[in-house]
Amino acid sequence: MPGSTLAPPAAPGERSAASVTSHVSGRRGPSLWMLVPAMAFFAFFGLVPLLGTVVLSFFTWNGLGTPSFAGLDNWTTVLQRSATYHALWLTILMCAATFVVQFPISLLLGVFMAGRQRYRAVFSVLYFLPLLFSATAIGIAFKNLLDPNFGLSSALHLGVLQQDWLGSPGLAFWVVILVVSWCFIPFHSLLYQAGARQIPQTMYEAAQLDGAGRVRCFFSITLPQLKYTIVTSTTLMVVGTLTSFDLIYVMTNGGPGDATRILPVDMYLQGFQSNQMGLASVIAAILIALGLTFSLVLNRLSGSDRMESQMEGM
Amino acid sequence: MTRDVVNRRPNLPGGLLGFLWLILTIGPIYYVVITSLKSQSDYYDSNALGLPTNPTLRAYRTVLQNDFLRYFLNSLVVAVVTVAVVVAISLMASYVIVRRVSAVARLSQRIFLLGIAIPIQATIVPVYYLIVQLGLYDTLPALILPGIAFAIPITVLILVNYLRDIPVELYDSMQADGASDWRTFVSLVIPLSRPAIVTVAIYDALNCWNGFLFPLILTQSENVRTLPLSLWSYQGEFSSDTPPCWPQWCSPACRSSRHTSSAAASWWPASPPDSASDPKSVTNVP
Repeated sequence: MPGSTLAPPAAPGERSAASVTSHVSGRRGPSLWMLVPAMAFFAFFGLVPLLGTVVLSFFTWNGLGTPSFAGLDNWTTVLQRSATYHALWLTILMCAATFVVQFPISLLLGVFMAGRQRYRAVFSVLYFLPLLFSATAIGIAFKNLLDPNFGLSSALHLGVLQQDWLGSPGLAFWVVILVVSWCFIPFHSLLYQAGARQIPQTMYEAAQLDGAGRVRCFFSITLPQLKYTIVTSTTLMVVGTLTSFDLIYVMTNGGPGDATRILPVDMYLQGFQSNQMGLASVIAAILIALGLTFSLVLNRLSGSDRMESQMEGM
Repeated sequence: MTRDVVNRRPNLPGGLLGFLWLILTIGPIYYVVITSLKSQSDYYDSNALGLPTNPTLRAYRTVLQNDFLRYFLNSLVVAVVTVAVVVAISLMASYVIVRRVSAVARLSQRIFLLGIAIPIQATIVPVYYLIVQLGLYDTLPALILPGIAFAIPITVLILVNYLRDIPVELYDSMQADGASDWRTFVSLVIPLSRPAIVTVAIYDALNCWNGFLFPLILTQSENVRTLPLSLWSYQGEFSSDTPPCWPQWCSPACRSSRHTSSAAASWWPASPPDSASDPKSVTNVP
């Protein structure tokens, strides 16, 4: 993250023309050729598959032979399947719930970590640890920890905890949300930490001289200053949940029943276990539409599409 | 930077909540570590959160004997190559995006941002198709190439953010001295963005090292397996009711048929069974 607190940088378009005019040809800035490798990789494995998802959704393909054209068959099949709506609902619910859990905790943790006290620095390092583990490891660890016979519930001898956390349909969904949040909160609190560190200390000093307390400072300075971090982090949270396939796959495999079968899991099971790549592509297309909608809405809500810069609000 | 100008009494609620979160963070990690030191019977008998009664390193030995080194090397190769390429090409792209005043550069930035908004999983079916068509299925490049592509958006986002803060005057003086684009990139951009490069390299390396989806879908044989996948297969092999099916797994017929259902747990190749090994211990593999 940008560490300096220099003058706020201008957006590319706003840069003064004179300062960037090349001495050679009047071309402003470096050659576009330097963009080509990154764009080529991204286009070939990102944009082409993106279109490919839509194209494949009109084909029947078992993953092995040649895809054959199927018209709208896959779409009608998927859209008539009640499981699809269930998965869609679970996905939206999960995005909302993980946001509600993650946002306040990451924000407060990030601001807490941005403090200069030594013990906070030590805490920050330890908070960072879950990021080092793969979703597979975390999934397996929690699966064992939540095991009704050998895990937490038998260890603590508390009546309330005697549950089959991942085995009961009503409970598993919420447990998964907590585990997903546990997994992603460290990353988001790092974002907030970086954002909070860039807020000039002088603002707090001025506010304190005016008699503002800690809570007032938080709501009147910290929160508004973190506006762009919030947009970035929220986008990543929502898309992160849309992609939290591995954790859920390892912990519950979509079950029990279809209690945690969110769209990515549904897509995987349809495509790579039932060998119906066409159906999987339709689900994938829905997933893409969902992701795009979420981020467009977030961008609009933030009043700009400048989520790339966290310093512009200053 | 200690500022005790005004109103700096210690933040007690903040500290308490911070400590509470510390327990929530460390708890599961503590559990993994102590479990890795337990023997199988100890795991089933003892308190899950208790210290092992007879600490043993047996689980570690089992893991090391079970081709751990190969999985480790596979993961290492994939992570190092991916990160090196991603950081190099993303830095070049970010340099252009920040410095170049042109519609193409702005459009590229938007396209990369689009990549952040799209859930990666959603493109996995065509990626699988591409990889099969390219003849790369079940090879390490099958993990590296899409891995590079999918790491580009977030890497560019972070690097662009950072490069914006480099003072314009530095570029101007390079230009006044007649430096080429490439020269400016090598002598100015790379050295000045070293902190950002380290940040994104660590971030990308972790993501890549921990990746599960690509290995799950784009590879099948044991010799290209990476650590997260081996961890997952260990769990099927040692703790669940999955019957070992390795003789069948070796037959060519089985191999080609599995090509389609690349991840059904039932066909996971089991290493020669080692029943004495600790079932849960493998959670400590990074």
